[in-house]
Amino acid sequence: MTVRAGKFYKVASKAVLALAFVFAAMQVRAATNEIIITGGVDSARPIGIVPFKYSGTVTLPENLTEVVASDLQRSGKFNPVKLSNMPQFPTTDAEINYQAWADKGVDMVVVGSIQATGIDQFSVTFELVDVLRAQSTGGQSKTLVDGRLVMTKDHIIEKRSKTIQSQDFRQYAHIISDIVYEKLTGERGAFLTRIAYIKVMDRNTNPKPFRLVIADYDNENPTTLLSSPEPLMSPTWSPDGNKIAYVSFENKRPQIYLQDIYTTSRTRLTDFPGINGAPSFSPDGKKLAMVLSKDGNPEIYVMELQTRKLTRITRNRAIDTEPSWTPDGKSLIFTSERGGKPQIYRVNLASKRKNRLTFEGEMNLGAAVTPDNSQLVIVNRTRGNYHIAKQDLSNGDMLVLTSTYLDESPSISPNGSMIIYSALENGVPALSWVSLDGRFSFKEPVADGEVKSPSWSPFLL
Amino acid sequence: MLNKNTLKTLMVVLPLVTLAACKSGPTQEELDAEANRQAAIAEQQAADARAAAEAEAKRVEMAAAAELQRAKDMMEAEKQKLESTNVVYFDFDRSSVKSDFNAVLDTHAAFLVKNPEQTIVIEGHCDNRGTPEYNIALGERRAKSVETYLLNAGVSSSQISVVSYGEEKPAVQGASEYAFAQNRRGVLVYQ
Repeated sequence: MTVRAGKFYKVASKAVLALAFVFAAMQVRAATNEIIITGGVDSARPIGIVPFKYSGTVTLPENLTEVVASDLQRSGKFNPVKLSNMPQFPTTDAEINYQAWADKGVDMVVVGSIQATGIDQFSVTFELVDVLRAQSTGGQSKTLVDGRLVMTKDHIIEKRSKTIQSQDFRQYAHIISDIVYEKLTGERGAFLTRIAYIKVMDRNTNPKPFRLVIADYDNENPTTLLSSPEPLMSPTWSPDGNKIAYVSFENKRPQIYLQDIYTTSRTRLTDFPGINGAPSFSPDGKKLAMVLSKDGNPEIYVMELQTRKLTRITRNRAIDTEPSWTPDGKSLIFTSERGGKPQIYRVNLASKRKNRLTFEGEMNLGAAVTPDNSQLVIVNRTRGNYHIAKQDLSNGDMLVLTSTYLDESPSISPNGSMIIYSALENGVPALSWVSLDGRFSFKEPVADGEVKSPSWSPFLL
Repeated sequence: MLNKNTLKTLMVVLPLVTLAACKSGPTQEELDAEANRQAAIAEQQAADARAAAEAEAKRVEMAAAAELQRAKDMMEAEKQKLESTNVVYFDFDRSSVKSDFNAVLDTHAAFLVKNPEQTIVIEGHCDNRGTPEYNIALGERRAKSVETYLLNAGVSSSQISVVSYGEEKPAVQGASEYAFAQNRRGVLVYQ
């Protein structure tokens, strides 16, 4: 009888708690953009992001743990457990029933609390707990410190406290995600990064349908930097994350501009006859590779930003375009039609020596090199289908990563884990993501306009 | 013979007789008045002539203007007609002008040769397969092959400029074969 009562109490309390969370979720705005996961949840590691307990009366600006769960899910490396699948809602390590989580197949749990400590002051505390380690040590393990055996809680991987203001909630959630991600994968998280893209509204009803937009990496907080009656193209981030170079047709011909994202002041960098396109910053931020056709057909040039001095890199009757830098800044990768169809080439900037890198498929375009210099990410055309693929730079092995339609404009996250790109969704270009291993992918539902040419920022903090 | 002499004598004498008669004729005032009258008539006649010349010049000018307007109207009409057939279409990933469009381009070329002050922009466009940057390059190549056709037909290079919009300004939205075909195009835009 007592057992049954206890069980009933547990179930009831769970239900009450669940209701409380539902209510809390209703009070704040939707914490994250809706995404449609298209593959790879099974290979992701389950993790419990338990809603932080809130002590205070003011409505919180964001659902912190929802943002953390969304971040970790978007990384493809983690599969946050649904609230309805959580065995309990602990707020500290001491409250965790390790066995209950282990039984659910969850070996990592994040718990925490938020306390209102003053006017617009919130103290946030969280712990990242290794459930399996805690099980084996019983929550206490003996470690030698200065030759003495002491009891430690080494199953608590991380524990932090910080006082934040309401405007910091979202950013602090991304910081928690970065900490959890780095502790558990050994790789730096990219949750505090941003994206830039071109949004095209209905051209029949908008006098300025072309928009240059920057947003958080998860497409939250979108800001329009520029609206134009004529096309905008090819936004790309400066390595310090402060500027964006892009192409604008505002003057009825393509010109390359450089715009400060904070002051929004901008400079026109090029106005040559013909194509002025495909800007790409060197890793040190001092140079901009670009495509100009002023001398007859599209060729790769490098502009020194300080002096505006141009150096011509390619000299060929065929199309040369889409320059991007290798991480060491010593070579450019580019697309060239010199072999008949577009394929990827590399040019050493010192020796000007060029070599072809891709051979598989009918065409390979729009290449970028991963930050660790190991892979080439490309748009591959095979049997008429355009997909994002990667090619191992050491052995040349190619792997198609996506199964979306008319994929283009891949851009790699600064930690090299994810690729953002544009693909057609119901005939309309929309944002899609795929992990570099190709296992995890998701997309955003079609927005109120076409979303094209995404570009992932460098690390910003 | 006598008659002849008599006539000769008369010819000499008669004017003398007339002169003598005048001596007692008009006064200086009358002569001045007559001179003034003659001058007024001359002036009137000159003014009339000037007015006539002016009217004639105006008539000629108006006729010329009407003629010019007619030519201009004709050119505008011709231009409007050309502007309604100002698109040539391309095959996938190709930039050569198809022979189907020779006649259309010939008409444009003839018009541009006849109107050397007229300038055009040739826009190159692509469907949305492939990357935006590659399509900018392909669109320029398409626009340039239209330009080359017009140059070969005698149009001055100073009348033509070229701009590629790649896949950024599709004529038809979507990803159907129909949309693709409609979007792979060169457009002649009269300035």
